[in-house]
Amino acid sequence: MAAGALALLGLFAFPMWSIWLEAPQYPKGSELGIFIHINTIEGSRPNDLDNINNLNHYIGMKRIEADAIPELKYMPIIVLVLVGLGLVVAGIGKRWLILVWLGLLIAAGALGMYDFWLWEYDYGHNLDPRAAIKIEGMSYQPPLFGSAQLLNFTAHSYPAIGFGFIVLGSVLAAAAWWLGRIPTKRVEHQRILP
Amino acid sequence: MKNTILSQSAQDLTTQDLTTQALTLQGTQIMKRERIWMQFVLSILAIFTIAACSNDGSNKGVGVATDAAQRVYVAPGEKDEFYNFVSGGFSGQLAVYGIPSGRLFRVIPVFSVDPEKGYGFTEETKPMLNTSHGFVPWDDAHHTDLSQTGGVADGKWLFINGNNTPRIARIDLTDFRTKEIIEIPNSAGNHSSPFSTENSEYVVAGTRFTVPIPNADIPISEYAEKFKGALSFVKVDKTTGRMEIAFQLIVPGFDYDLARAGKGPSHDWMFMTCYNTERASTMKEINASQNDKDFILAINWKKCEELAAQGKGTIANVEYAHNVYNDETHTATSTIKKSVRVLTSDDIKEALYYIPTPKSPHGCDVDPTGELIVGGGKLATVIPVMSYSKMLKAIASGKSDKIIDGIRVLPYKDCLAGEVQRPGLGPLHTEFDGKGFAYTSMFVSSEIVKWSLKDFKVVDRIPTYYSIGHLSIPGGNSTKPWGKYVIAYNKMTKDRYLPTGPELTQSAQLYDISGEKMKLLLDFPTIGEPHYAVAMPAALIMKQSRKMYQLMENKHPYVTRKEADTKVVRNGNDVHVYMTSIRSHLSPDNIEGIRVGDKVYWHVTNLEQDWDVPHGFAVIGNNNSELLIMPGETCTLLWEPKKAGVFPFYCTDFCSALHQEMQGYARVSNGGSAPLTWNKK
Repeated sequence: MAAGALALLGLFAFPMWSIWLEAPQYPKGSELGIFIHINTIEGSRPNDLDNINNLNHYIGMKRIEADAIPELKYMPIIVLVLVGLGLVVAGIGKRWLILVWLGLLIAAGALGMYDFWLWEYDYGHNLDPRAAIKIEGMSYQPPLFGSAQLLNFTAHSYPAIGFGFIVLGSVLAAAAWWLGRIPTKRVEHQRILP
Repeated sequence: MKNTILSQSAQDLTTQDLTTQALTLQGTQIMKRERIWMQFVLSILAIFTIAACSNDGSNKGVGVATDAAQRVYVAPGEKDEFYNFVSGGFSGQLAVYGIPSGRLFRVIPVFSVDPEKGYGFTEETKPMLNTSHGFVPWDDAHHTDLSQTGGVADGKWLFINGNNTPRIARIDLTDFRTKEIIEIPNSAGNHSSPFSTENSEYVVAGTRFTVPIPNADIPISEYAEKFKGALSFVKVDKTTGRMEIAFQLIVPGFDYDLARAGKGPSHDWMFMTCYNTERASTMKEINASQNDKDFILAINWKKCEELAAQGKGTIANVEYAHNVYNDETHTATSTIKKSVRVLTSDDIKEALYYIPTPKSPHGCDVDPTGELIVGGGKLATVIPVMSYSKMLKAIASGKSDKIIDGIRVLPYKDCLAGEVQRPGLGPLHTEFDGKGFAYTSMFVSSEIVKWSLKDFKVVDRIPTYYSIGHLSIPGGNSTKPWGKYVIAYNKMTKDRYLPTGPELTQSAQLYDISGEKMKLLLDFPTIGEPHYAVAMPAALIMKQSRKMYQLMENKHPYVTRKEADTKVVRNGNDVHVYMTSIRSHLSPDNIEGIRVGDKVYWHVTNLEQDWDVPHGFAVIGNNNSELLIMPGETCTLLWEPKKAGVFPFYCTDFCSALHQEMQGYARVSNGGSAPLTWNKK
């Protein structure tokens, strides 16, 4: 269980989501990429985010800047709280608490995805009315998951390595719960160890 | 296919011809007369066969590979295997091609102005073309050489010579730009240049025209006594590539033509051909073609270096320009230097030896082992191959044919490894495939001749179209040739391409040398006139290729790193515009308060930090070129408006969908004291 909780710390090292933008002018190998971390948002290469922002000005999209996204400030706290709670659960060693923790993790994940969608909606719809490129009925919301065509760009939105740590955390927690169902000494012992 | 069969039968005829000749040698008078008629008939047949070959209007040539199309086809989106850096001759530039496709990728401006790239027109690049004669907008670039480590091209820099106003340029192979040009004093006709030593310790600069040293107002008739040759050794810094003239050797007034450094055992030596050992100053065509043998000058540069370090020789007063482009400021500076260390043949007797070589030599090439030195006598009937080890023995023996200005002339036979007999006419230049064969270009008989380095026997020959000068095998001058192709650089094209009036395209030809027989694969046009060229595997260069300049590392004195910092500043009659360009606008784009008579400096910074997004800049009626600004770079264009009015300016490189909107206006007033105003975003 403790390993499950600690796995979430991987989110501090790796991005949890990625959006890749491919276009005739940005072919495979030279496509623009955005990595979303729990605490920041950055380009796949040093200038990618600036270049995306620069291109987005044609459609009047707001500049994507880490400082302007409050979620990036409180997401790390949420993750740390979840890690802390997970360790507490591991310490107490009560099986049902694992389920509660898992529930919290999944709820946080779901909320996160919903928030991500809202964020994408905001950037994709709230456009500068004086933008050079205006197409009736067209919005530029990237897909929540999967690929979509936005003018000359194909946007691919997929989980990144960091997301794997959320999955790993959940699986480890679920495994701890499952193994904990036989109250033998050996397994009891194993359950508590990280 | 039809042509191939017909040309095959033409070859058969020639064989019969020879057989007929042999039979009649010991024949009777009647047989002799029969022979005449038989030859007549055969000649007619041959003429008709040739006519039949070319009756469809094409002359593909002999030895075209049947699968040539496949061999040179680089499918859309795929890349060539080799870079080929080809000297641009009288264009003064360097052209970059892909091999095997023969496609031209880029013309790098070196010694000539290039308004397309603003080279020689922008304030930053004007100093690159400064010389002791002032601004020289053109030169004649003949030979290229790559920087080497251990005798193998390392992909860092390329050196190229300016023949007319003696100079050597260094090109950076990360951004394919000219970064340095050094003028060579006491020299006139920097032809024997810029050949590199095994680890690019030095590049050499030998003069083809000898002049009085120091240059002086004296009668030309005093040529033989007063005119001297200057051979310069230009030191190359290992990390920065920065060049400086370490020392000059003042040698007899012959015409120093081509050179090649030793390798491996001969590492310490430079070999340099010279003609006009007659020391003729007029009608050299005849007067410099009298001696049966001229020389290869063997120079122990290591020894010269030691003697120079010991303070031998003198410091001569000279004047030469040293122009360096700074990567951080994106700006070149030109410095006039005033002195050079000069060593005369008296100072370095034990470091210089003449090896006789037949006749009026051009090429001087050292095989990959460093043991064999191949001369190429334009008027020679053989290709002489000298042996480095035999040369050392000849030096040790103390024997000499004669002594010229204190320099020993070693006996020809004592240095000779062998002669290639009946190679063809006009051998010029030789490269090596690393598999035991040498390939020599034959100008007069217009062919490439392949011969064995073991027994010096010719093993194959193939025509070139027409009159090949230099040839190049990737790495063919190094210790490690990539012997897959040989490329011919021809002096004439005649009927090979669609005619374009009296001035025809120049061309190169690609031959496959992977098999026993050479095969012609491709003709491709070149810029200017191609002389020597070098090639190396693309993989070694493309991985280090620069995509942009870092805006944050831009230290140009007039850089503008963000739009908020754009401004216009007046300083007397000088107006400095701090402008930025980014898709798709220039900032500022409305400027007023400029006066007739002002000097307006447009300092445009390209704010892009994206690959392949240059911006251009031009002003109506400007007596100047455009700017072509790479991402992260700052370039300056001078404009001197001569009348009042409103003058549009715009981006000249189609950068984006709204490129056409990327324009603005400058208002110019007659006198007045209206303040400068400009718009801010």
